Amino acid sequence: MYSITAEKLTKKFGNFTAVDAITFEVKEGEIFGFLGANGAGKTTAMRILCGLSYPTSGKASVAGFDVYKQQEDIKKNIGYMSQKFSLYENLTVSENIEFYGGVYGLRMREIRPKTKNILQKLGLDSEANKLVSSLPLGWKQKLAFSTAIFHEPRIVFLDEPTSGVDPVTRRQFWEMIYEAASRGITVFVTTHYMDEAEYCNRISLMVDGRIDALDAPKKLKAEHNAQSMDEVFYALARKAKRSD
Amino acid sequence: MRILLFILRKEFIQIFRDRMMLPMLLLMPLMQLLILPFAADMDVRHLKIIIVDNDHSPVSKSLISKFTASDLFEIYAISGSYNEALKLIETDKADIILQIPHGFERNLIREGSEKVAITADAINGVKAGLGTSYLNAIIQNFNQDIALEWSNATSLTPPQDVRYSFWYNPYLRYKNFIVPAILVLLVTVISGFVSALNIVSEKEKGTIEQINVTPIKKWEFIIGKVLPFWLIGIFDFSLGLLIMYYVYGIQIVGSLSTLYLFAIVYITGILGFGLLISTVSHTQQQSMFVAFFFIMIFILMSGMFTNVESMPPWAHTISSLIPVTHFMHAVRAIVLKGSVFLDLWVDMVYILCFDVVAIAAAVINYHKTV
Repeated sequence: MYSITAEKLTKKFGNFTAVDAITFEVKEGEIFGFLGANGAGKTTAMRILCGLSYPTSGKASVAGFDVYKQQEDIKKNIGYMSQKFSLYENLTVSENIEFYGGVYGLRMREIRPKTKNILQKLGLDSEANKLVSSLPLGWKQKLAFSTAIFHEPRIVFLDEPTSGVDPVTRRQFWEMIYEAASRGITVFVTTHYMDEAEYCNRISLMVDGRIDALDAPKKLKAEHNAQSMDEVFYALARKAKRSD
Repeated sequence: MRILLFILRKEFIQIFRDRMMLPMLLLMPLMQLLILPFAADMDVRHLKIIIVDNDHSPVSKSLISKFTASDLFEIYAISGSYNEALKLIETDKADIILQIPHGFERNLIREGSEKVAITADAINGVKAGLGTSYLNAIIQNFNQDIALEWSNATSLTPPQDVRYSFWYNPYLRYKNFIVPAILVLLVTVISGFVSALNIVSEKEKGTIEQINVTPIKKWEFIIGKVLPFWLIGIFDFSLGLLIMYYVYGIQIVGSLSTLYLFAIVYITGILGFGLLISTVSHTQQQSMFVAFFFIMIFILMSGMFTNVESMPPWAHTISSLIPVTHFMHAVRAIVLKGSVFLDLWVDMVYILCFDVVAIAAAVINYHKTV
């Protein structure tokens, strides 16, 4: 079964084709890396899949729902963590979780024990009543991820979740991603870190709005005679004509 | 419904936790209502007058004594020369000069008439205009006095007698006029523009993107954002009515429920307008500028300080399209005159039209999807 399918998905802004007929599938429970240089069209594609923006042409479905007609159904079944930090700085840790849990239709009596559980796992139980603004960035990101999957979505979209985070926290963050995937949540993640790309089951690489490569990291390395994903990325991204 | 409760809970926590928001919503109205009516007092009293008396006669003395008796004027100096007096005007020490010519008494007796000269600092036109007309009145009064004193029965022209009666504001207290206006302005700023800032700040911080990927419905988000400010607007309006009564002693002559009906309908529309501003601006700065622009128009064109009827026709038309004009008119009429709903239904229709247009435009303009 596929969580996400896209067929010739295209988004144009005037004459500019941000996403150029991309076709791919993401399997259920997979960690799918969505790579590309700045301005390659990753965020635009991701926004369409999250129901934030309509495609110009092509077909796509997320969790079995159509991106044209069933955006609100998509939204009930996904979690999303944006590039920008997305929790409320002037709410406490538990108030943030309660709010996002609540808007996905959970009841307070379901939210309370689960929040406790999650904060314990994150080692944040003593910070539950502190304002989010007082937390260091790494903790905020981990908290944002926990919040994004709090309602047990079928798919979680992560837009550069680890940018600006130290290597130790990044490691811990990926452990959380694996844990979520093992529970059956499909993970769709964009990143600029090539070592993170190696953690993914499969990756796609976008260049100038098109997907130029799509496979498991091992196979891509073999295909390009490369030692690391870095080299694969250079080999492909060098062809790019546009940048931001 | 449950989702809406979660949204409202979050909004209220944020409003009451914001260090700027609470003072803005509670302290600002108090300060404005307690201070501004004193500052925005356009009554002209205690004008500083300089009298240049070149005559030094009993008649000129008795004219001068007319001014000492009035609280409209305060004699700043009795000067010997016009130039000296003019200097005092130039240095802003006095407002108006009355020049009594040499031979004032003699000419008055011999020829039955004489002229005095008035010179007024007209930088503030209202002050100069009112000042000279007060002066005229005093001189008229003086004329009558000497006419009576010197007359023989035959030449006496009966003094004209005009009586004024000022209705609804018998002592012509400017505060009765301005306090309701400031209350209206206050409710407008708080419910309309503070709510706009609140929504735009979510755009600025990027949290709105997160909201847009959740299943929160458009109406849930809008109600969640608007309802707290709607309640705060009503609260501030009530607070203002209390201040109006206890501090300024202005009794509400008309019905309180009619007043609240207008307030509720008006605040709803102005919240819709705030929402519209927030949909077209991306940063708080932008929405501030837009809000500032409209506040200026609202103040100057709504008849808050000026007379709408004396505007040129085109301005009059604009004024009648502004909801503030109608709410202001209704509030003043209910508070001071005791007008009933039937007197004010036209204002209600205008406000309702504004509500429909503003809310429709805002809802259409607010997209969860780009």
